[in-house]
Amino acid sequence: MPASAASALPIEVRGVSKSYGPVTALDRVDLDVRSGEFITLLGPSGSGKTTLLLVLAGFIRPDAGSIRFGDEEMVRTPPHRRNVGMVFQNYALFPHMNVFGNIAYPLRLRGVAAAETARRVGWALELVQLAGFEGRRVDQLSGGQRQRVALARAIVFEPRVLLMDEPLSALDKKLRERMQIEIRHLHGALGMTTVYVTHDQREALTLSDRVAVIHEGRIVQVDAPERLYERPGTRFVADFVGESTFLPVRREGGGLTLHGRPLLLDGGPPAGDGPFFLMVRPEKLAVVPPGDADGMNCLDGTVKERVYQGESVLLYVTLADGTELAVRSPSRRETLAAVPEPGGRIRLGLHPADTVVVPEDRS
Amino acid sequence: MSGPGASPVAPNADALARDAARERRRLLGLSIPALVLVGLLLVLPVGWLFYLSVVEKDAYSLVHYERLVQEPAYVTILWNTVEVSVLVTLICVLLGYPLAYLLAQLPPRAANLGLIVVILPFWTALLVRTYAWLVLLQRRGLVNTLLVNLGLIADPIPLVHNMTGTVIGMTHILLPFLILPLYASMRAIDPDYVRAAASLGASPVRAFWQVFLPLSLPGLVAGLLLVFVLCLGFYVTPALLGGGKTYLVAMKIEQNVNTYFAWGASSSLAVVLLVSVGLIFVGLHRVLAIQRLFGVR
Amino acid sequence: MAASAPVPVSHVRRLWLYVWCGLVALFLVLPVLVVIPMSFSDTVYLEFPPRRWSLRNYRTFFGSVEWRDATWVSLRAAVLTTAAATVLGTAAAYGLAVTRWRWSRALQLLLVAPQMVPAILVAIGLFYVYARLELVNTMLGLVLAHTLLALPFVVVTVTAGLASFDMTQEMVARSLGASRVRAVLTVTLPQIRYSVISAALFAFITSLDEVVVALFLSGGENATLTRRMFSALRDQIDPTIAAISTLLIVISVGLVGLVQLLGRTRPAARSG
Repeated sequence: MPASAASALPIEVRGVSKSYGPVTALDRVDLDVRSGEFITLLGPSGSGKTTLLLVLAGFIRPDAGSIRFGDEEMVRTPPHRRNVGMVFQNYALFPHMNVFGNIAYPLRLRGVAAAETARRVGWALELVQLAGFEGRRVDQLSGGQRQRVALARAIVFEPRVLLMDEPLSALDKKLRERMQIEIRHLHGALGMTTVYVTHDQREALTLSDRVAVIHEGRIVQVDAPERLYERPGTRFVADFVGESTFLPVRREGGGLTLHGRPLLLDGGPPAGDGPFFLMVRPEKLAVVPPGDADGMNCLDGTVKERVYQGESVLLYVTLADGTELAVRSPSRRETLAAVPEPGGRIRLGLHPADTVVVPEDRS
Repeated sequence: MSGPGASPVAPNADALARDAARERRRLLGLSIPALVLVGLLLVLPVGWLFYLSVVEKDAYSLVHYERLVQEPAYVTILWNTVEVSVLVTLICVLLGYPLAYLLAQLPPRAANLGLIVVILPFWTALLVRTYAWLVLLQRRGLVNTLLVNLGLIADPIPLVHNMTGTVIGMTHILLPFLILPLYASMRAIDPDYVRAAASLGASPVRAFWQVFLPLSLPGLVAGLLLVFVLCLGFYVTPALLGGGKTYLVAMKIEQNVNTYFAWGASSSLAVVLLVSVGLIFVGLHRVLAIQRLFGVR
Repeated sequence: MAASAPVPVSHVRRLWLYVWCGLVALFLVLPVLVVIPMSFSDTVYLEFPPRRWSLRNYRTFFGSVEWRDATWVSLRAAVLTTAAATVLGTAAAYGLAVTRWRWSRALQLLLVAPQMVPAILVAIGLFYVYARLELVNTMLGLVLAHTLLALPFVVVTVTAGLASFDMTQEMVARSLGASRVRAVLTVTLPQIRYSVISAALFAFITSLDEVVVALFLSGGENATLTRRMFSALRDQIDPTIAAISTLLIVISVGLVGLVQLLGRTRPAARSG
């Protein structure tokens, strides 16, 4: 009954470009999505992620490019023949039909018999945990329920590709987190290739098998969430995914120096000319007792401000050259004890394995 | 990864461009029947009128236009038309502005009810309203009877089949055309402006003159230009209430066609009327995007 | 916007405003309302209030072959105009609204032009062309002309309806497997039906009440009601006209009231 991983389709995007007058929305985009994969297009507004999704759906015709679902070239196929399921940000449920009518719509279009339609609608509703909601009218549903009906409608005809455009942005935080889990489970159960668009990097990291970061119409990096977070490829990705401060480093001799001192790195320095930056994530810094600096990259500074945030403590530290850093420590007794008061001197350590240097973005 | 050298140059570009053009043609094609209708029944005939106005006895000539400025009868007609139009427009502003103002101050529900007073005559057939005035203004009609009974006059006065009747009738018919756009634009004025003036020390009268009135001017100008334009081309009401004594441009056009078959004479008048109306609409466009007036976005 | 006057002014100080507006309101409404009781008067010279009430004028109207024929012509023309204008206008409004083209707005304006050009000019222009095509005094000619005049109302109303419609729904329908035609028929049209119906009603009223063009283009067997009324009014004040006017008022007001009512009862166009 449900689409097994075997029948999900891989997606191949080649050379897709789209311009609106002088504005380039997509610039020769290439992307490979594995069959059954959950991939998220992540980027700031205006980056082109929704445009790419709509190109995949067939609603935006690119100026050039190729889109293949499996073996079939799709770029010239009209949207209603692409057999993709789509979920929009504003749910777009048909208000003049009830829940059953909405979900049955794609089945009726495909000429499915009434009995079979009813069975499948029931199956879809169960999948989204809304069993028994067939008779409800759209205006009787809450936001979360509407989104689930929209999901049910998008999967009831077992599409081999599912596209989702920021479906959870209209929901409040708690509901959003719950729905994220449900979407993960749904993907696990059905196994269809899913392309998800969001600007919320936390959501992207939570849901995806891989994340494709888009910036100004180009895909900048495609990686699994952990690798994307720990090893971003450029400063933009490092800045967009998670928080960081960037400290300029220089190439000297065979290695890199920070504030004149050599930088200890796992693996060699990155290729290219630079400029390079040390990506400093707040949670990677440790408070080091004075004197003990072996094997760590150290930064000396003065504590400017200390903010208690419940599960963690945030420290603002001013370095010798005036740069301000954020340091985050979990609220455990040992770590809290090691933190000096504002005004006090502090030494921060960064383990070589956590030392990541990123180049400026390629233009 | 995207970037130069990673993919072949622009695959499918030509085919996609052709698809886009085909889709656009198909969608615009939906509007073709309507556009053809307007083209054949409006643009073509009007173009023909332009042509007729410069032709006399199979030769190009400006004699029809010369007649308009030389023959006193025509000059009088043109002058009359402008006079009546200005008069009616002014009366409409005097009557309509206060009503629009009052309605714009009411809460939306009450205002909608109040607007019935404007909408009811607006949607009543032109002929019916003209007829109503024909009856009301006659010698034994309601208005004269009332005036005599109130002792304001001794004998019934001629209120119809003359300029007076025409002006009264036209005012009644065109008043909604002033009130409705004016009301809409007044509604859009943020009350905070007047409140700010009041908090700065302006009396209600000053706040009105110095803040509200200027803000309502675009809507007012739009409404009165619309009324003026409609006055210029008005036919039915002057024909029925004017009693043959008031000749306006529209009536002369009709007379030239139906009585004299003088197409050259009537088409030149028609062109003058059309160009005047067109120029006013263009001027109006600077004040208020004209398509908004007619509801187009 | 304003729930109440921005600056509270006492009603007394505004009395002159209330009086003036009251008079203007009377001026607007009274003539229309006065026709109705006048139609029930028994005398040839219409008087108000009628001394004797009778249905004589209505009997004359319904009994006269000419009036009945003219009414029939008007109704037929109005129905045909409504059908033609609604279909052409709705299609045009949709096509122009959905296409992103820089000339779309200009074309929309062109479709609204028939109401911007003075009616007398439309009438004589058409008269001239029709004379050569032998369309004068024909039903076809009249319906075409009235459709031209009704188009602006339809285009404007439907365009406004489409503007407040959430196009995403049509997109969703197409992603679910509906061709554009199917999507429009099953999703878009049902939700703009209020606009389309209002547009149709406006088209009907426009045709029924139309005078100037009918004067030139309808005559003889195909004379409309309004044309006969105009001729009758020119000659003498026939009291039957009061009865016809009352009927026209009732129809127009009834239809416009219907449009307002439909607007109030429709569910808000929310999709989620």
